Amino acid sequence: MSALLEVRDLTTHFITRAGTVKAVESVSFDLAAGDVVGLVGESGSGKSVTGLSILGLIDPPGRIVAGSVRLAGQELVGLDRESLRTLRGRRVAMVFQDPMSMLNPVLTIATQMRLALEAHERVSKEAARARSIEALTAVRIPDAAQRLDAYPHQFSGGMRQRVAIAIALLHRPALIVCDEPTTALDVSIQAQILTEMRSLVRDLGTALIWISHDLATVSSLASRILVMYAGRIIEEGPTAAVLRSPRHPYSRGLLQSLPSRAEPGRDLAQIPGSTPSLLKLAEGCAFRPRCGEATDICHEMPALERHGARAYRCHHPLATEARS
Amino acid sequence: MSALVEVEEVSKLFAPRLTFGEKIAARLGSAIETRTVHALDRVSLTIAPGEVVGLVGESGCGKSTLGRVIAGILPPTSGSARIAGEPVMVGNRRPVKRTTRVQMVFQDPFASLDPRKRVGRTIAEGPVAHKLVSRAGAAAYVARWLEAVGLDPDFANRFPHQFSGGQRQRIAIARALAMQPDVIVCDEPVASLDVSIQAQIINLFLKLRRELGLTMLFISHDLGVVRHVSDRIAIMYLGRIVEIGDARRAYTNPLHPYTRALLDSVPKLVLEGDEIVSFKAISGELPSALSPPSGCHFHLRCPHVVDRCRHEIPSLREIEAAHWAACHLAPFAE
Repeated sequence: MSALLEVRDLTTHFITRAGTVKAVESVSFDLAAGDVVGLVGESGSGKSVTGLSILGLIDPPGRIVAGSVRLAGQELVGLDRESLRTLRGRRVAMVFQDPMSMLNPVLTIATQMRLALEAHERVSKEAARARSIEALTAVRIPDAAQRLDAYPHQFSGGMRQRVAIAIALLHRPALIVCDEPTTALDVSIQAQILTEMRSLVRDLGTALIWISHDLATVSSLASRILVMYAGRIIEEGPTAAVLRSPRHPYSRGLLQSLPSRAEPGRDLAQIPGSTPSLLKLAEGCAFRPRCGEATDICHEMPALERHGARAYRCHHPLATEARS
Repeated sequence: MSALVEVEEVSKLFAPRLTFGEKIAARLGSAIETRTVHALDRVSLTIAPGEVVGLVGESGCGKSTLGRVIAGILPPTSGSARIAGEPVMVGNRRPVKRTTRVQMVFQDPFASLDPRKRVGRTIAEGPVAHKLVSRAGAAAYVARWLEAVGLDPDFANRFPHQFSGGQRQRIAIARALAMQPDVIVCDEPVASLDVSIQAQIINLFLKLRRELGLTMLFISHDLGVVRHVSDRIAIMYLGRIVEIGDARRAYTNPLHPYTRALLDSVPKLVLEGDEIVSFKAISGELPSALSPPSGCHFHLRCPHVVDRCRHEIPSLREIEAAHWAACHLAPFAE
């Protein structure tokens, strides 16, 4: 099956007075219709900028300097604003960490959903209302018909995020980019939203890019994960395989530093140092200064090597463990 | 062994101030709608010397308020918090914190450090004011604490903006330790940090605990983090402690239905064959603290609810040795 989304060598830079911030460096991946891919990384890894670049939401001083993003064959990089507008919301949608950043506090949910519908098609008020109620019901908002006339501040954080997801779903987009959508929520609400997203993806066949720093939430949804570090994909593979035996030392470091995987009270296996500044990246592999496996060859940037379903960018990949 | 920290029947209400118009209306006898938030409802807790107690709950459950009452930042509406028998806050009309026995580490090290002060001054300010160290000896004293938290002593002359989030949190910890407190209250100290940095700070807490025998209240919404650092954990729901006990027991044998639901709702990185072990969502939302439900606060969302839960507030009972739960129905048969 050909991919719904093909990202090739996507490179996004921010040209600032302090220098060029290489936020995303030759990122490539495919996403099939109805599939969920997880984009994992710490702050500054480029995961959010990758998501924004796909939707063409990079404003100056940022710029997509190279690469291509194809959605169902159509090239998105280089499209003019108007063409992008007709795509965004209809073919691709985005859900952000803070739902209040996309909801207008002075309009009712009904108005905002109607405007979102009218942006791309002619609908009657009644039809808009009916479809809004349907979308709110799909994300399990109780009493959707009444809640529709409420304002955003009358919703709890979890309910607002549901509204944001419902708006993203209005036009049945082929792809939704979710940038840390559950990070600001409590665990019990997060679990509810993850459960709902899982069934929505299954029922509607929407493809998802799920961006998060939390390996556990990503893994609960995504069939494949991409680990990013300092703007590059450093490991890619089926979720279970990456969790079982990470090939890149950074992925292993991330997994081992999680308290849930360690014996309580014991020191956690920590990654030394801190995440690098994108302005002054080390020569070669960006993880080299923090890596226990690093040797002289790591001064050269390793290529992303593919082996079947898995890929890693490392001169000293970790051995795969025997399947237990 | 006697407790170092004793929290006894502490309640904390937050009532918004009435406006002038509302005051007049109240005088004239009209019923003003009360908007009092019951942040804490008769909470009792003890912490033994050298013990780390983890406090877990979702936003709005009162865990930070309890931390602030123990740290002497907020006076309780009723009840008392004492450290080594001495009240944390004294005075009736406007209670103030007199003791230096307790210090606090906050969540956001970008907000908790004065951006215009060199970090050496930030760390030395308290100890000098309380005569723990002379002004002349302050520099050496600061250097010692910076080293204790794994920072270069030369950093004392820098400003907060020159540090990363993890380094700033180390500075905030050094500032708390420099007061030589008996107790440290940590309110979500790793929540704003990246995963790899989070592990470094957790290891720092473990090290400081081994070396200094710290007594801590460790507040977090992250069950994995709390389990890792705590001897005992307390789980809060809408202003009440619903379960408290040995950290491992509380995780392996949760007694309160809320604790069970909370543990089940966390996505885990555990594989069963090629499948990730799944999580289960709790139904419903956290009720408002403005009008908490009657009886057991959890009864609206509890799968085991019986009529008694709607009317009668369950008190904490010792269900197995040193493991308490506030549930009429616990223990549940498996």
